[in-house]
This record gives sequence, structure tokens and C-alpha cells, in this order.
Amino acid sequence: MKKMITGNRAAALGSKLARAQVVAAYPITPQTKIVESIAEMVARGEMKCKYIMVESEHSAMSACISASATGVRTFTATAAHGLALMHEVLHWAAGQRLPITMVNINRALGPPWSVWVEHTDSMSQRDTGWMQVYCESNQEVLDSVIMAYKVGERADVLLPTMICADAFYLSHTSEPVDIPEQKKVDDFLPPYKPKYKLDVDDPHGFGSLSMPHQWYMELRYQMAEAMEHAKKHIPEVEREFAEVFGRRYRAIEPYRCEDVDYVLMGMGTMADTAREAIDRLRSRGEKVGFVRLRTFRPFPVKELRALARGIDRLGVIDRSFTFGYEGPLFTEVKGALYGTPQPPEIRGYVAGLGGRDITVETIEDIYRRLSKKKWKGEEEWIGLKMEKR
Amino acid sequence: MRYDELPPGPITFLPICDAQRTGTWRTFKPMIDHKRCNHCFLCWKYCPEMAISTDITIDYDYCKGCGICAAECPRKAIRMVRE
Repeated sequence: MKKMITGNRAAALGSKLARAQVVAAYPITPQTKIVESIAEMVARGEMKCKYIMVESEHSAMSACISASATGVRTFTATAAHGLALMHEVLHWAAGQRLPITMVNINRALGPPWSVWVEHTDSMSQRDTGWMQVYCESNQEVLDSVIMAYKVGERADVLLPTMICADAFYLSHTSEPVDIPEQKKVDDFLPPYKPKYKLDVDDPHGFGSLSMPHQWYMELRYQMAEAMEHAKKHIPEVEREFAEVFGRRYRAIEPYRCEDVDYVLMGMGTMADTAREAIDRLRSRGEKVGFVRLRTFRPFPVKELRALARGIDRLGVIDRSFTFGYEGPLFTEVKGALYGTPQPPEIRGYVAGLGGRDITVETIEDIYRRLSKKKWKGEEEWIGLKMEKR
Repeated sequence: MRYDELPPGPITFLPICDAQRTGTWRTFKPMIDHKRCNHCFLCWKYCPEMAISTDITIDYDYCKGCGICAAECPRKAIRMVRE
């Protein structure tokens, strides 16, 4: 059944359909409606779930960790400063191998205060051991929550997932979303049954200490392997999801990338705008396509290399920035294509920070820069006021 | 043991206390004045190391000296004494 709902509502419904058993969350703009929506559903008895009110995001994630350790499906949501406050415990969730799913509404970090979209909040959590998915539609937010549990709960993965969605463009914008039947979701996503869990009748120690000569490094290698396993399972789960629900997602989603010289690349809602821009550019005879990166962790190196074959230039658009270097996606893409035979020339562009709109014209501007032969070799910031030309 | 024979994540098969005698970490030692104690069991309930038993005795092999029992005791029957 299709309904007009916001991204926040889609996230809440995703957790309900996935039958999350414990939700511990703290409100923060622009995510607040997710936890309010879940609280309403729990209060009305529509969602069978223990809802834990906490005093901070650090506590929210801590409560999720403990709950997940008892072997139940756990969900939370946050944004920007809330995610930053969770940072320490994000490492604990992944290190303890707990398949928690969290929706992070991508919001810029202050100061200056901003509640609008930027990807720096989740990019700053890159090394926590969480899988990261970046969505471009409300439908994708709902579907990704369901798929995240399916991948994360596999015995050879057991890692948490962060579903990232752009502030306001998704969180507060209503779109038609097909809400799957509960029965179908139940068949697709069976209950979570971990081998080890916190259980008074069968006690284990969790989050134990490891001396340097013991197992720390081995357990970290296990996590590295788990990400590799996830890389294999993600396309399988996406394929199975498509068979059941009719919607196919991919780690890398190319648009009109056949027979092109140039390709632009980005994450999140800019993809939809970019496709419009590509259509306009193609109608004018320009040979350019767009590719959306959906899965940032694990990073789809193989798929990216396959796509980059035969392309002259690849323009990477970052909606975030690492001070003292460059946009993080730009860095990752260059790293992934290093050493491949005849890699494309890769150029980086920073756009849309602090919620500044990325319009069709922005993408066209980036294309103009990409198609110019001359390049200073430096990443360019797009749409700066008083920009030097 | 090989790394791939480990459980997923840092999981021990003994309660954490059994893995290490944490009593040696202590700087302050809780001392119970049994004349003041009325057996409310709050110390037993709050002890994070489960080092206090229901007969209100402390297992000093595992008590880390955190002082939570002394802080929680409504009868002020637990005193923290420097080791």
C-alpha cells in the first residue's frame, strides 16, 4: 500500500515492520519525529517493543548495546551532535559485534548552528566499525532498515548499520512510499537468534579485557573479515529483497553511464537532482553519466573499479569535508582506483555544506569544470560567494 | 586457539570476576558495621561486582573498593577505610 509519508515516518515504520524489540532513543532535530512516531506506535499498542527513554544519545546507544547483547533486535535514531555524543559507544557496539540498526539524519555540525543537511556527521564515524548506507528516497530509508537487520544479523557479519538520510530533503519531505505487508517482511526477516547472548541462566562475560599478548588484534581481524563477508552478503540480500518487494538496490547505482567520457559521483539526495542534470546535458550531446554511491562501508571497491573502466574523468562530489585534506569520498575513490590499469582522472568538488541547495545548475556547473581540460589539481568548492574565477 | 575459533566479539565463558581477582585494585576498603545494618540489601543490590552476598558479607577477593555500597547505605553502616 502506498502512502505519502516523510523520511522520519518511513524510518519509524521500517523499525516497526522489522519488529524491533527495544528502542532507546533521544530526540534531536531533524530526527525527533522518528522517535516520537515510534513512541506513539508503542503507546497505542501497534508496535510490540520496549521503549526506553534516556537522558542523552550516549545513554541511548549504551541502552541499545545492552539490549542487543541479550539477543533482541534493537533500533535507534539520531543526527549530527547526537551522533557525535554517541561516538565512544559506537565503537563498543561494533566491537561487541551487535547488529543494532540506527537511522542517522545527516545534519551539519555546529558552530555555526545548522540543522540542515551535510554528511560530515556520519563521515566522522567512518572508523567505528559500523556499516553505512546513504539513502536518496524515503522508500529507500524504510527498505534499508529492513535489509540492514538481514545483513547485520548474519552469524558471519554481526555488525551494526547506520542508515544515513539527508536532513529535511528526506526527514521532513513527504513522498509516496510503498509500505510492505507485515507478513512479507516477517518471511524475509526471521527473528534474530544469536549464538551468544547475555543470559542469567547461561552467563558469559561481555566487553571483556584483552591484554596485548591475548586476543585484541585477532578480534579486530575478525571484524575486518566480517565487513568482507558483509560485502558478499549485501548484494545477495538486495537481490532477495528485489524478488520479494520488487525494488532493487545496489552498492553503486549508475545512471546513463554507458558509452560516456565523464562520470559524476555523489551520495544521498543529490542523486535525484543529478539525474535531471544528466538528462539535460545528454540532450545537449554531452557524454556524461552519474553514479550514486549507496554503501559507504563496506566500500564497494570491486564495483567501483568495474564502473571506472573506460571512463576519461570521474568527478566526485562531497557533501562533507576533512579539514587539512579534502572531501572524504574523493579520498576513498582515489584510493580504490589506485593501481588499476588506466584509471580515470579523478577530480573532487565540495558542494551543499550546511544545507546549501545542490540544484540542477550546481551539477551542470560541476560538469562544466570537469569537462575542461585544464585543472589545477585541487579540489574545488562549488558556489562559494566571492569565488575566485 | 586460532582467531577463527574465537566467539564473535570479546565474550568470555566465565563471569568477568572469575577471569581476574579484582580485589587487588582496591585503595579503599568498605567495612560494614553490622550493629547499624538493618538488612535492607541495597548494598547487595547495587554492588556492580556482585561482591556482597545476602548475609551482608563482602568478598574482598573481588571488591574493587568503588564505594557505591557505602554511598547507597541509608543507615551509614558502611565506612570506606584506606587499605
